[in-house]
Amino acid sequence: MADVRFDQATRVYPGNDAPAVDALDLTIADGEFMVLVGPSGSGKTTALRMLAGLEEVDAGSIFVGERDITDVAPKNRDIAMVFQNYALYPYLTVAANIGFPLKIAGMKKRERERKVQEVAELLDITDQLHKKPGQLSGGQRQRVAMGRAIVREPSVFLMDEPLSNLDAKLRVQMRADIAALQSRLGVTTVYVTHDQSEAMTLGHRVAVLKDAKLQQCDTPRELYARPANTFVAGFIGSPSMNLCTVPVANGCVSFGGMPVSVPAGVAGDSVVLGLRPEALELAAEGLDAEVEVVEELGADAYVFCVAEVNGAPTKLVARSHARQAPHRGSRVKLRPLADEAHLFRPDTGERIDS
Amino acid sequence: MSAVAAPLERRRPPRAVRRRRFLIAVADHSLLIAAAAAFLAPVVFIALTALMTNDQALSAHLWPHPFRWSNFKEAISTAPLLRWTLNTLIYAALATIGILVSSIPVAYALAKLRWRGRNAVMLVVLVALMLPPQVSVVPLYVMWAKLGNAVGFHFVGSLWPLIIPAWLGDAFSIFLLRQFFMTIPEEYLDAARVDGCGELRILTTVVLRLAKPAIAAVALFSVLYTFNDFFLPLLYLSDNPSSWVVSLGLSQYRSLHQVQWNLTMAATLLVMAPVIVVFFLAQRAFVEGVTLTGVKG
Ligand SMILES: Nc1ncnc2c1ncn2[C@@H]1O[C@H](COP(=O)(O)OP(=O)(O)O)[C@@H](O)[C@H]1O
Ligand SMILES: [Mg+2]
Repeated sequence: MADVRFDQATRVYPGNDAPAVDALDLTIADGEFMVLVGPSGSGKTTALRMLAGLEEVDAGSIFVGERDITDVAPKNRDIAMVFQNYALYPYLTVAANIGFPLKIAGMKKRERERKVQEVAELLDITDQLHKKPGQLSGGQRQRVAMGRAIVREPSVFLMDEPLSNLDAKLRVQMRADIAALQSRLGVTTVYVTHDQSEAMTLGHRVAVLKDAKLQQCDTPRELYARPANTFVAGFIGSPSMNLCTVPVANGCVSFGGMPVSVPAGVAGDSVVLGLRPEALELAAEGLDAEVEVVEELGADAYVFCVAEVNGAPTKLVARSHARQAPHRGSRVKLRPLADEAHLFRPDTGERIDS
Repeated sequence: MSAVAAPLERRRPPRAVRRRRFLIAVADHSLLIAAAAAFLAPVVFIALTALMTNDQALSAHLWPHPFRWSNFKEAISTAPLLRWTLNTLIYAALATIGILVSSIPVAYALAKLRWRGRNAVMLVVLVALMLPPQVSVVPLYVMWAKLGNAVGFHFVGSLWPLIIPAWLGDAFSIFLLRQFFMTIPEEYLDAARVDGCGELRILTTVVLRLAKPAIAAVALFSVLYTFNDFFLPLLYLSDNPSSWVVSLGLSQYRSLHQVQWNLTMAATLLVMAPVIVVFFLAQRAFVEGVTLTGVKG
């Protein structure tokens, strides 16, 4: 029904030289939950607004289904959007806010009320309907904003950091609610966040943006297992992947005395070695490191240390069982799990596949 | 729940602090009372004079004795006060509607739409704002007079030269509304755009509601301005008493009959009354204020 396709879509804000979204190629399948993630200023919001029709597309085009919507006015795109600050009209009741798009579309009052009621039941806000947005808590406002989006039954939902104004606990709960709602409604959804854990838990697929460019788009599992470059490797996962540049000798790199083989044909005399915290274990043999901080997480602990890698002091994170966690200031040996190592080219940062 | 809570022992601020607060309160109130008295004195004087006989009004006594309530009736009957009031109402209503209808879309375009030349147009508005009306009044008068000759209708002597310009935008109102529209979060407008509104629809459904206090303020300013306006009526209406407005009428009151201060004051009071009522009503519109609580952060 409604897949979405960005085809070399570019946006350059007037007065800027650099594009805010640079030749974006991205296809979102019908019913898919796509998350755009990236650091602040990477162009996520701009990409979403281009899809909504709120920003000009300066080059390339955007399709919904077979329809080229590049120059279609926002009101004719059949797209609904949830805004970061919810954008609920303060002078309207919750019911009127939810019913607003239907009213604009000219739907009869009776039918409108029925639909608003339906949506309110779905979102569990029936007893808030007569209130004004100012009387609601953050979480309730969030639900009303969702309600206003779904009541229209649009072909695409857009959400721009919808959870960023909520406290941590509510955020986790709403995250689950949004995921459940999306799979129930089955509407193509594009969701923007700067929080990689939100992206990983919500997205069917996740598109990572940086400096206006798409870095990688894949399932959360693939992003984690096979990051396309050092940026994605460092951005996805918490704590971040350990990345250090090490010299290549005899088709191997050596890290803490453990050899990691490098595929033949890799040019240059060094590579970037990437090891996730869980691929770095405390052992009797390995790289000598000093423990700086230990973060206890109950069952596990993250051990933040400093070690000498390639002649320079480097910060590394390892995961250990809480029971074996060392003390701050003590010295430990770090051993890499060679088959979980990632390799990247030092010049471009691109992944080297074995 | 826990056991009986101990009654709260309210702490009293120390003596020195209380004394200080008291003195500050006294100082504040004395200032405000003095200011209020200064503003009220002329009104009280007008009200008292309006109730005197003409002889009393010319004497040194401040308190009317006896009270002559019939002054008001007389004031209405000795001059076409109702006619003038009607003219003022026509002027105020048509000019105010004109200002709102013509200035709101311009202010919206200047505040919220991106278009080439926007800054230049804003500059023109600012220049028009700074230009005193006296500068353009002679050429405008000539224009109305010539236009009247050309189409065979005497604009000069009618209310039209006062009303029509209001329908062509008012720099002050455009500026004030634009400043307010700028503070409306873009998200509201974007949400409306996505939800199916065109720009005109956004203006009429969303912006008008959000900007109610500013629009009320502009309307109020316009009503008060037209009500008090003396300069333009004097210029255009002097020769035609049937189209006089109250401000002009009152100034001519003395010369209509001999100087009758009591009647003049009674008429003045009658004319002031609606302004005071408008003020009290509008006060509530202001207090209602901007409640942008739907958006936070
Ligand atoms: N209205 C605008 N005018 C000019 N530049 C903008 C505008 N909005 C965003 N930008 C710039 O475009 C880039 C991308 O912004 P944005 O899409 O908001 O990033 P994100 O949502 O990923 O934080 C940033 O460098 C930002 O400064
Ligand atoms: Mg953003």
